[in-house]
Amino acid sequence: MNTFFTILIGAILVNNIVLTQFLGICPFIGVSKKVQSALGMGIAVTFVIALSCVATYMVYNYVLIPLNLVYLKTIVFIFIIAGLVQITEILIKHFAPKLFNALGIYLPLITTNCTVLGTALTVTSQFTNIFTAFFYGLCTGLGFTLAIVLLAGIRIKFDMAYIPKPFRGLPIALIAAAIMSMAFGAFTSII
Amino acid sequence: MKARQVLLNGILQNPVFVLALGMCPTLGTSTTLESALFMGLSTLFVLICSNFIISLLRKIIPSSVRIPAYILIVATFVTVLEIIMARFLPEISMALGNYLALIVVNCIILGRAEAFASKNSVWLSMLDGISMGLGFVFSICLLGLTREALGANTLKLFNIDSVFGASYTPIAILVKPAGGFLVLGLYAATFNAIYEQINKKNEDKKFKQKIKEQSRKVDDKTILEGQNKTSQGIQAQPKEESL
Repeated sequence: MNTFFTILIGAILVNNIVLTQFLGICPFIGVSKKVQSALGMGIAVTFVIALSCVATYMVYNYVLIPLNLVYLKTIVFIFIIAGLVQITEILIKHFAPKLFNALGIYLPLITTNCTVLGTALTVTSQFTNIFTAFFYGLCTGLGFTLAIVLLAGIRIKFDMAYIPKPFRGLPIALIAAAIMSMAFGAFTSII
Repeated sequence: MKARQVLLNGILQNPVFVLALGMCPTLGTSTTLESALFMGLSTLFVLICSNFIISLLRKIIPSSVRIPAYILIVATFVTVLEIIMARFLPEISMALGNYLALIVVNCIILGRAEAFASKNSVWLSMLDGISMGLGFVFSICLLGLTREALGANTLKLFNIDSVFGASYTPIAILVKPAGGFLVLGLYAATFNAIYEQINKKNEDKKFKQKIKEQSRKVDDKTILEGQNKTSQGIQAQPKEESL
């Protein structure tokens, strides 16, 4: 139980995947203009990360290691992720068409989201238990969701503020992310 | 002519500061100049190779499966790179960690494959890989230099222990994650301002040229009219011309 709590706090607040490990910056900046689309993106990413952690963990430990093919892990992982995204797309389309319409083009883009591959690589090198691997993936996804929704909330306020011309768009979003990152830095000593 | 334009693209459309591509490795590995440089060179290598192969195969790959095909090509080169780095530069390979494998999902590489290599000849695609890759190396090194020199007061790459002398107090936040976002944001704003100035100058030039051309036309007209007048005058006073 204690380890699960440590993973929960660690993955969401202390080692937030976006704000401290710099993974998934592209969707973080690109899809954070509206809170709703940010939330949808976060949920879809969480789903894919959690599933891909389990899948890559199993393939790595039960296929690649026995066959001595560890050097192929990058290629194999990216294909597992691409396949999972495809399956997720079909499943969501079939069972929840409303959610599918809401997510739109963000779904296929998850394949090239580095949070997913990054988390899969971390999990296979650090975790020895499939349940903790799954839980870590889930919490990482929640951390991503938290960060992207918070940034979307901040960026809405930019529409009403005066921003010097060169800072408009990407630069001000990065500076907002810097301040968020400083705020998350305060969680460092929790664990 | 076209080749020159492609080469200039790396500078004018800087992948990181202008196109906002490949920010994850830029932020993640720019805590020291050394790791930034090796990350940049690794990306350059993969970009040139993948652009070359994708451009060679651009007429063979069916467009419906092109993205998985591109990812497979890129992943192959990344694996080659990982093996080479682990064998010859084990320390750097350890320092870069996951970011080396994550070149696969670096948006610069897939972005250039989709936007350029899938539509242009092999030679131009390789040039594009070189120019975009060098643009990436430039920006990641600029970030690494700033963060390491100001944030830690060292430059490990050149074995310098104190850049600004012992009395300098390093701005420690710059080597922390928050500093990465901050420095990248400030550089992006700086480059925006510079590009804006350049565009303004070009527009000013064009505007001035337009005005000159227009005024020239007006001059021509007045001259013509004047000539007509004088010719009329000449007709009226034929004696002056004979003089």
